Amino acid sequence: MAMTGILRPGHVQLRVLDLEESLNHYCENMGLIETDRDDQGRVYLKCWDEHDKFSVVLEPSDRAGMDHMAFKVATEQDLWRFESNVKNFGIETKRVPAGELNGCGERVRFVGPAGHTFELYAEKEQVGNGIPTTNPSPWPRHGLKGMEVIRFDHCLLYGNNFDENIKFFTEALEFKLTEQIVDGDVQLAAFLTCSTKAHDIAFIRHEESGKLHHASFLLGSWEQVLRAADIISMEDIPLETGPTRHGLTRGRTIYFFDPSGNRNEVFAEDSYFYPDSPVLTWTADNIGQAIFYHSRQLVDSFMGVTS
Amino acid sequence: MAFKITIDNTGEVYPCSETKHLLAGMIQLGKKGIPVGCRSGGCGVCKVKILSGDYRSKKMSRDHVTEDEERQNIVLACRVFPQEDISLSVIGHLRKAVMR
Repeated sequence: MAMTGILRPGHVQLRVLDLEESLNHYCENMGLIETDRDDQGRVYLKCWDEHDKFSVVLEPSDRAGMDHMAFKVATEQDLWRFESNVKNFGIETKRVPAGELNGCGERVRFVGPAGHTFELYAEKEQVGNGIPTTNPSPWPRHGLKGMEVIRFDHCLLYGNNFDENIKFFTEALEFKLTEQIVDGDVQLAAFLTCSTKAHDIAFIRHEESGKLHHASFLLGSWEQVLRAADIISMEDIPLETGPTRHGLTRGRTIYFFDPSGNRNEVFAEDSYFYPDSPVLTWTADNIGQAIFYHSRQLVDSFMGVTS
Repeated sequence: MAFKITIDNTGEVYPCSETKHLLAGMIQLGKKGIPVGCRSGGCGVCKVKILSGDYRSKKMSRDHVTEDEERQNIVLACRVFPQEDISLSVIGHLRKAVMR
């Protein structure tokens, strides 16, 4: 498949209460790598197998949550085309100058119908993944830490104006619906992709606007998910659920919280999507199995806690 | 050293050392009464009012505890470490699970 337009989740900027505790969590325990800091106090991180300079920005703050999530588009022409799509949908956009985030090109910023701030950009400095591009080794021999997360993969967000928001993502931003939970005619959850992944972003119908449920990172195998669980216990990280399997996306997964209460997921071996894939549907009476395939039971905090 | 924590709403009593936050002390003993969420000061569901007893606290999200509330001993249980026996009442709650 020729991949055009919006390529992937490029980065997420998370608000954190204590920078040092957060760096210990994301770098020592999860295995992200610090690549830069700026004069606003923000710290830039990447996962080992990402070529771009950063995929997570930690922003010291007096509250938790997501400042924004950004998607990388293929070309500058795409950036202006999507800017125009967003405006035509009736949503205001703002241009953020190149370099406002170190190493990132000009960004187009807007607030989606569910209250989350998103950005698009076409350029980001590439620093490489620690492996030569000629005769590459399968993984970097030195320097990997903790869970050794491979890449920033997706976010799951809670928000209101749910139907309008999904319309916005599928029409203006050209995402595809891959999987959903429905209660009769009402869509409760929508998993959306801009690529061949089972999801690049997902939304849950909710009464509050602009909430983060989790930021998710890819691992290579179920064994690595179990190893992540070991590290969660060794390091006294607040575990929420798992290791288990999702019905939705069939990913093998574990959930835990960062030191500011932002939820993280690490997962492996989920499903895939092509433009001719049928939409997969879970019905509300099977919601327990859709979310936690083995226990089939909803977890109160998983359903109700956001940042 | 362990202090006695009393949840005023339910009468539940449990010991908690000064090195553990009030929520960790409760969870570890399988006790219930304060809603459990992120356990890191960000989600706000474990909001309590400390009725009596001295404590040490860590930074908590201003989305959930204002400076004014903090002055009135309204805090997140996951950010509070007891320095004396504590009596508290529960304010926070988990939002209803699903979504419609």
